[in-house]
Amino acid sequence: MNPEPFEPKIVAFFCNWCTYGAADLAGVSRLSYPPNIRAIRVMCSATVSPHHVLKAFQEGADGVLVGG
Amino acid sequence: MRQHPRYVDMDKCIACGQCAAKCPKKVDDEYNAGLNKRKAIYVPYSQAVPLKYAIDPRYCIYLQKGRCGVCAKVCPSGAINFEDTEKMRTIEVGSVILAPGFRSFDPGRLDTYSYGQAPNVITAVEFERILSATGPFGGHLVKPSAAKAGTAPKKIAWIQCVGSRDINRCDHGYCSSVCCMYAVKQAVMARDHSSGDLECAIFYMDMRTQGKDFDRYLENAKKSGIRFERARVHSVAPPQHGDDLTLRYARQNGDIAEETFDIVVLSTGLEIAPESVALAEKLGVPLNSDHFAATDSFAPVATGKPGIFACGAFTGPKDIPHSVMEASAAAAAATESLSVARHSQTHTLVLPKETDVSGQAPRIGVFVCNCGINIGGVVRVPEVAEYARTLPNVTYVEENLFTCSQDTQDKMAEVIAREKLNRVVVAACTPRTHEPLFQATLASAGLNRYLFEMANIRNQDSWVHANDPDAATRKAKDLVAMAVAKAALLTPLTQTELPMSRNALVVGGGIAGLTAARALARQGFPVHLVEKSDVLGGHGRRLRATWRGEPVGERLAGLIADLEADPLVHIHTNTAVTEVDGFVGNFKTRISTGGGSETIDHGVAILATGAKEYKPKEYLYGQHPAVVTQTELDDLIGAGDERLAGATDVVFIQCVGSRNAERPYCSKVCCTHALRNALAIKAASPETNIYVIYRDMRTYGLREEIFREARAQGVMFFQYDPEAPPAVEAEGDRVRVTFHDHILNRPVAVDADLLALAAAVVSDAENGLAQFFKVPVDGDGWLLEAHQKLRPVDFATDGVFLCGLAHYPKPIDESVSQALAAAARAATFLARDTILVGGVVSWIDPALCTGCGGCIQVCPYNAIAMSEITGMAEVNPALCKGCGACAAACPSEAPILMGFNNRQLYAQIHSALAA
Repeated sequence: MNPEPFEPKIVAFFCNWCTYGAADLAGVSRLSYPPNIRAIRVMCSATVSPHHVLKAFQEGADGVLVGG
Repeated sequence: MRQHPRYVDMDKCIACGQCAAKCPKKVDDEYNAGLNKRKAIYVPYSQAVPLKYAIDPRYCIYLQKGRCGVCAKVCPSGAINFEDTEKMRTIEVGSVILAPGFRSFDPGRLDTYSYGQAPNVITAVEFERILSATGPFGGHLVKPSAAKAGTAPKKIAWIQCVGSRDINRCDHGYCSSVCCMYAVKQAVMARDHSSGDLECAIFYMDMRTQGKDFDRYLENAKKSGIRFERARVHSVAPPQHGDDLTLRYARQNGDIAEETFDIVVLSTGLEIAPESVALAEKLGVPLNSDHFAATDSFAPVATGKPGIFACGAFTGPKDIPHSVMEASAAAAAATESLSVARHSQTHTLVLPKETDVSGQAPRIGVFVCNCGINIGGVVRVPEVAEYARTLPNVTYVEENLFTCSQDTQDKMAEVIAREKLNRVVVAACTPRTHEPLFQATLASAGLNRYLFEMANIRNQDSWVHANDPDAATRKAKDLVAMAVAKAALLTPLTQTELPMSRNALVVGGGIAGLTAARALARQGFPVHLVEKSDVLGGHGRRLRATWRGEPVGERLAGLIADLEADPLVHIHTNTAVTEVDGFVGNFKTRISTGGGSETIDHGVAILATGAKEYKPKEYLYGQHPAVVTQTELDDLIGAGDERLAGATDVVFIQCVGSRNAERPYCSKVCCTHALRNALAIKAASPETNIYVIYRDMRTYGLREEIFREARAQGVMFFQYDPEAPPAVEAEGDRVRVTFHDHILNRPVAVDADLLALAAAVVSDAENGLAQFFKVPVDGDGWLLEAHQKLRPVDFATDGVFLCGLAHYPKPIDESVSQALAAAARAATFLARDTILVGGVVSWIDPALCTGCGGCIQVCPYNAIAMSEITGMAEVNPALCKGCGACAAACPSEAPILMGFNNRQLYAQIHSALAA
């Protein structure tokens, strides 16, 4: 019996001025990507501290993406 | 003004793209240089602002033949209007700015490069689109001839000066200024895009990378393996077998070579479109012989017609930083005569008093948008709305067809009052475009605008997961839960007003500083101009003429006279800045003059402290009287020195102290300066032999004209490589200069009566001013602007601006443009009565701060300082930009970024993973 395929849960921190805008543009351009990401908008990727990353793993994230 | 009909109601279009998806008419996509197709109803490019569709009437089947109309049938918001008509408008204005730009030269006019016959011979614009993620091949570097198969090129050539520096084949004698740099950039990017070992070769005459940091980029490109071949390409032969392209070119020693490439990129130049020429004629704006708007070095954005100004490539080929500078400069020049009318037509928005929500439990209203079928066609919106009702603190939920429509906004304001909502969540498109709209609705309902949060279930959900409605619906629920969790923790944020001093401080009394001071005074603002020496004028006092021949001394005298006569201008010569305190709107600067000192209150500062001429250690300078710098040669020419009159041989050596390991930048002005002096010598004594020993002749843009003129006058040019510089030895009263002649392929010696060295322009950063104003200096000593392309006269720190040579070496016209630009940017602050501070800014909790200063080091805006009273770090909200770097750096989480604090972020993380 095949186990369920692994679907990672990824928490993403997107800088409002670049990556968040790029993610919006991906939508405008109707690009497609896997639906595993839950994005959190921040005002700069510099505001993402190790605490946030560790918190995400603590809460059960399989991956963390910081885009800035 | 004639406004063309767009056949789409801008107020109704929500840019969902249903129309373009269903439109049956495919046409070439101009934005991607015709490499792919778009529809007859379209958005010109995906980043277009405003993001609204338009119908191209040339191709629309309905407008051409009266049938079809599919777009009108599928448009969910009824935005299509086939009855739209051309509108004529008359508006009354005080000045006009022309910025019609350029068009790329069409190499189809030339028969030597196989352009239009071989699909893999493309223009640089086409290559730019191929490299772009929004381009025809999704950013994959493939051969256009085999795009479907996805075949990657192995070898690419760039041919420079196609449609530039060429009077024989295209009548464009000028240099297009930007192509060398873009070719290097394209080659570097092509290699980044390529998985294998992509070979790149650039065929050029002179590499003209004279901009700030450009030469460093060029040298890095050389090191990375990009080949630079100084050769003129004779022809590109069309493919005989397969699609290989054969280049035939002459090497510098005269050998003819043939080489094959997969793609040939033609570095096409810039030219003025016939429509722009017609516009200029209609407006009575004089153009020069190359069809660029005729301007003056001391008024680079003023056209020949009073009241009409111009900027960008319309006044001559130029790159982005220079175009952006000129745009601000044109704004300064065009508003000088309008300053009396400032604020005479502005309206003030009156808002109801804000409801006090402190102490109230959160009552969150959630509005879930269908966006027609944009969201609702993928995400099961009713299910998301039902889910929202189950979330903590949510007291009201509704679904909307279009949450952003005016009637929904009116209704939202009513609902906020009726349901006593104190937080609002909208699940719809993106906060980047729609947050201000919804925040305005909150404010109109008396709710603090920061008690708002958006869930992006369109751009980042339904549009990118269109094939997976289940997953998209799950994601939408999570995004709503995350927004609700954050919203429950939102607190009202306030903004307060601080006074704004109307005074400006300009430091530096050279051409840049003088120009900036005059521009600000003409805008009606008092100016303090501080100059460390006893006279105004700076380096301009030693220059005889600009490259165009305008007399510098005369213009400078006029500029100084204007300032001396202006009651708004206070000139402080022999004065130094000794202390700077405060921030935008509220600076207090101590200046000392001789023994005395005073404190100036000012709102903004412009740094125009200039640069110095390098004192060469090379080529016997300072050891032999026949060796001078180009600036000293200016003095000799101006004084009619007898050494020049009797000279038979004069040698110029370029790049002395520039473009070397110690100063890896181009001093930008020396090539033109040297040729200007060469022509002055030739004009006085045509018999004098002039030898210019150079590396790359960088007479960029329209300056190419004087390079051509110098050759016509018999000035001789010899190219040298930095590995084999010319040798100079004393020979009695003369110096013997030995250098390599590429055509003879042997060393040549000239006994020169005079050797003029093009000495580098070097920074004067040790004046300490940058430290006073806490602004950065780059590795070469130049003041470092906030963004090299888009904010060329600003610093990251608000209220401080830069211009002139302190930024980077540049000729007078560019210094004047930059000075006007700095004045325009400064005026955007000075024109306000107050500055608003607060909102999304950081606040440091003194109870948690240990005073370690870590946050001060990471703050890019110098917004944090240690309080002398408490010994704790304090944020100045007037300078804080809300990036939150301090919050991440602090080991004790003392800084709190308002609206994005850790509790809120943790709540979002928790909700993202709770389901």
